[in-house]
Amino acid sequence: MTWILENWERFWEVTAVHLRLSVVPVLAGFALAIPLGWWASRSPKARAVLFPLANVLFTIPSIALIVITPVLIGVRILDEINVIVPLVVYTVALMVRSVADALSAVPGHVTAAATAMGYRPLRRFLTVDFPLALPVTIAGLRVATVSNISMVSVGALVGLGGYGQLFTEGYQTDHTEKVLAGLIGTVVLAVLADGVLLLLGRVLTPWARVGR
Amino acid sequence: MFGWLFDPANWSGTTGIPVRLLEHALYTFATLLIAAAIAIPLGAFVGHTGKGGFLIVGLSNALRALPTTAVLILVVLWAGLGDFPVYVALVLLAVPPIMAGTYAGVRAVEPVIVDAARGVGMRESGVLLQVEIPNALPLIYGGFRGAALQVVATATIAAYTGAGGLGRLVFDGLALQEFGQMLAGAVLVALLAVLVDLAFAGLQRLTVSPGLRPVGTGGKR
Repeated sequence: MTWILENWERFWEVTAVHLRLSVVPVLAGFALAIPLGWWASRSPKARAVLFPLANVLFTIPSIALIVITPVLIGVRILDEINVIVPLVVYTVALMVRSVADALSAVPGHVTAAATAMGYRPLRRFLTVDFPLALPVTIAGLRVATVSNISMVSVGALVGLGGYGQLFTEGYQTDHTEKVLAGLIGTVVLAVLADGVLLLLGRVLTPWARVGR
Repeated sequence: MFGWLFDPANWSGTTGIPVRLLEHALYTFATLLIAAAIAIPLGAFVGHTGKGGFLIVGLSNALRALPTTAVLILVVLWAGLGDFPVYVALVLLAVPPIMAGTYAGVRAVEPVIVDAARGVGMRESGVLLQVEIPNALPLIYGGFRGAALQVVATATIAAYTGAGGLGRLVFDGLALQEFGQMLAGAVLVALLAVLVDLAFAGLQRLTVSPGLRPVGTGGKR
């Protein structure tokens, strides 16, 4: 712990990088997973393609994907995009199922009522289906966020930033405190992010608490 | 990548692809055995008695946030290089999903079935071993297969501290700037992950009672 206090600026710097490298992919992956999940919730054919594909993508090890990405998209190995792209892939793979399950679970009579009241499809989706699907969606988002925060560190093995840098530097200089500092940072960040999403879910779905 | 992967020179000797594959498979299976020996009894016991459930769930979630790279490096710094740190890091990774799956599986067995087992005079050990665990097997396998995928993928990182396995190809390739070797390592790990999952899917079919299969693939009680 003393290392963190003595090297506060450095710690803060890697924290910021770590946060950026884990939050950007969650947002991008979530944005991609909404239309794909919506598609999967409406079409059994889309489900038959998307779900097995998501499973296969999930079996690719993160270090492997981080190493392959620069070859596939033609950037240098030390580009941050090499961590962001794999994490977007994992987030989409995880969230497609969450979003699809959540949308499928919206009661049919509710959507029928909205349609009968004259809601057009897009407005119905944004103001009825999607809000009702939020609790399950946010549960998936919490899993994706925590696993992303833990996975960003792998990028340091090929020289990228974040807490993982403290791991590799600590290893090379036999500096246990530095590794511990990164470990504590990762776990605290994961717990905080999880808590923020939990709160966000509560604030966004006040109806879920009514009658309890 | 295919040039490196299909070069006969890379398929022989003590650093050849078959040796790396075997090392990787050994890390995976030994880790899963140790993790299962720890996690299944714990999860089953807590699931059976119903005591300390929140502790199991909380502990699983906390362990999940633990970065395996950091655990591996810490144990290397404390205990020195070798296979021991690899096993510590991988077992810590594999225990939470197996424990959570076992706990959830045993909890989810219908109380009617458990009551019936007690009603016909089974001892508590019989209720757990002959009724609850067999009924919980689908969820136990769910957790176990999830753990297996994670362990195959993460065993790659072992090579960072000089241990063996397919990660050697990735890290040696990185050090030599040989993308073919790195890609070959990455692809072989993904292939091994798929093979391991298929093997456990087969084992699951063989060992789970046909009465527990989802409707449509063999009827349900």
